[in-house]
Amino acid sequence: MLEIRLHGRGGQGVVTAAEILATAAINEGRFAQAFAAFGPERRGAPVLAFTRINDKEILLRAQIYEPDVIVVLDHNLVSMEGLEEGLKSNGTVVLNTASEPEALMKRFAEAGRIATVDATDIAIKELGTPITNTAILGALLRATGIVRLETLEGVFKERFEAYAEKNVKAVRSAYQQTKVLDRRGRS
Amino acid sequence: MKRLGLSGNYAVAYAVKMADVDVIAAYPITPQTTIVEKLSDFVANGELDAEYVNVESEHSAMSACVGASLTGARVFTATSSQGLAYMHEVLFMASALRTPIVMTNVNRALSAPLNIWNDHSDAMAERDSGWIQLWASSAQEALDTTIEAFKIAEDVLLPVMVNIDGFIVSHTYEPVTLPDEGEVKRYIPSKPLTNRLSPRLAYSVGVVGPPEYYYEMKYQAVDAMERSRQRIKEIEADFNRRFGKDYKDINAYYMEDAEYALLAMGSMTGTARVVAESLRRRGERAGVVSIRWFRPFPFERLAEILEGVRGIGVMDRAVTPGGPSNPLFVDVASGLYGMAERPVLQSFVAGLGGRDVSTDEFGMMFSKTKEAARSGRAGPCIYVGLRE
Amino acid sequence: MSKRRLKGWKEIPMGGMVTEPGSSVEFDVSAWRTFKPVIDQSKCTKCGLCWIYCPEAAIVIKEDGRYEVDLTFCKGCGICERACAPRAITMVKEESA
Repeated sequence: MLEIRLHGRGGQGVVTAAEILATAAINEGRFAQAFAAFGPERRGAPVLAFTRINDKEILLRAQIYEPDVIVVLDHNLVSMEGLEEGLKSNGTVVLNTASEPEALMKRFAEAGRIATVDATDIAIKELGTPITNTAILGALLRATGIVRLETLEGVFKERFEAYAEKNVKAVRSAYQQTKVLDRRGRS
Repeated sequence: MKRLGLSGNYAVAYAVKMADVDVIAAYPITPQTTIVEKLSDFVANGELDAEYVNVESEHSAMSACVGASLTGARVFTATSSQGLAYMHEVLFMASALRTPIVMTNVNRALSAPLNIWNDHSDAMAERDSGWIQLWASSAQEALDTTIEAFKIAEDVLLPVMVNIDGFIVSHTYEPVTLPDEGEVKRYIPSKPLTNRLSPRLAYSVGVVGPPEYYYEMKYQAVDAMERSRQRIKEIEADFNRRFGKDYKDINAYYMEDAEYALLAMGSMTGTARVVAESLRRRGERAGVVSIRWFRPFPFERLAEILEGVRGIGVMDRAVTPGGPSNPLFVDVASGLYGMAERPVLQSFVAGLGGRDVSTDEFGMMFSKTKEAARSGRAGPCIYVGLRE
Repeated sequence: MSKRRLKGWKEIPMGGMVTEPGSSVEFDVSAWRTFKPVIDQSKCTKCGLCWIYCPEAAIVIKEDGRYEVDLTFCKGCGICERACAPRAITMVKEESA
């Protein structure tokens, strides 16, 4: 079972990203769960969401304490203390940042793989607004390959209707621009 | 049959749409809101031909439901926590007037302090209201149980409350397979119901029941609830046959040879199963019992399942301050009182106000239950995860 | 006094409904009164206030427009006397049978 924790701010579509990811896995015939640590929802406040993906039915209903993957939608959260808490050793971090992954090796010492993309820049360019949830999913796919890009785009079409095309562009652009660094070197 | 990713709340909305309800009267409250939001979409865009009654409170929502149900309409509402509490007095009328209303209660803690998160105190506070209470543990089960609920309600003429855990089920996206709509319509055909109130049939409903009559009138609802045990079993068997499911009053996991078991309701039983599985791999004879019907409480089958089990941990997600124990424990204990060899019962309270219950905490509950089973003695209630 | 047999829970209509509309017309309350209203037709202006105020709907309007009291349903409460603007209604003590 793969467990993913997503960090972002209210208004960036953190919960939607978790749901889209789960829906894509479900559409590929697998089992998935997407849920959020709901609080008083306010634009700009830090938000946590979770996705579990598995090949058989998921019975577990507890929160995710030791994620395999951490996804960060907000560039200001990359430096937040405790962000990497619980990350499995050799886990993956997917970050919205203009920095190179090499520059973050010390910051995420436990991570086995670091992926970076300037999702804010892509979102502004493709969507005209800094809603980074779809762009960061492109980076996540590039770093982990957990679902197919086409499946993800199919979910966009169901969910975003008129805005689907722009989001498809954002996700493709992010997929291409993502830089992935393994402990063993850049892939 | 279509498999898609849906939240528990949306799964309920799809079920209500397939049930082709006539009237929806509801007031929004977190975490229920997205159910009636989705339903109002369905009504507005013409996918569902129903009257959507906007009301100013849950008290009015339930009152409107009672009135609508008395005309023979198929009626649905949904609420949570404070909303359910605000319906309180009308809930008793709905059951005693024998209105087959279906309501989703998305379980949420009661104030104070204000808390939007999940526990079972809302439903537990209404356990004597004469409503049938069914508990679903996943989005799929929420959908299926809601469809069953209409059939049950209209058959036994009692209102049915389907409980789903706030956020943990209501807002979690997971795979849901939609049943065939035609088959749903055959299972619960839309038909004029009791038709008690109409311009042609002028009846008086909700009259005064003086001491000479109240008792008899009340007993009718008691009798209906008792008789519903057999009917729900049959209606559920019919559902299982048509839709290829296996729903029961109580779900028992690894109970064939269990030495000890944890008993709970709702979505937490999933985590309990995961922990029991890992205990089994270590050679422990641990089991899980999940109560699906809370009212009517299936105490006879519970005793059958627990035959030979030495210790049971009962996990309550609500408290009864000053009571002999907490609500689920009390029902389990009195339900098992007639057993010749009763298991030892250890009480737990966990997950109040949305506090997460981790696998480690489930592990602790299993181990305390095992201790009680081995020693033949249970300790006082354990408040799991409570800080001192 | 012999004990009246009341219906059991199986005989009462479901939910305690009253299934016959307007069944209160079968209920004779004439024995409940101590006083009965008497209308002085010469003072009555046919304003209808008694008809409006009577809680038992025991005031009836005859075909010729006269107001009369239906003594089967009048409980003798005297509200009509209070309501009557031209003071055409007087409460008179019933004679014992």
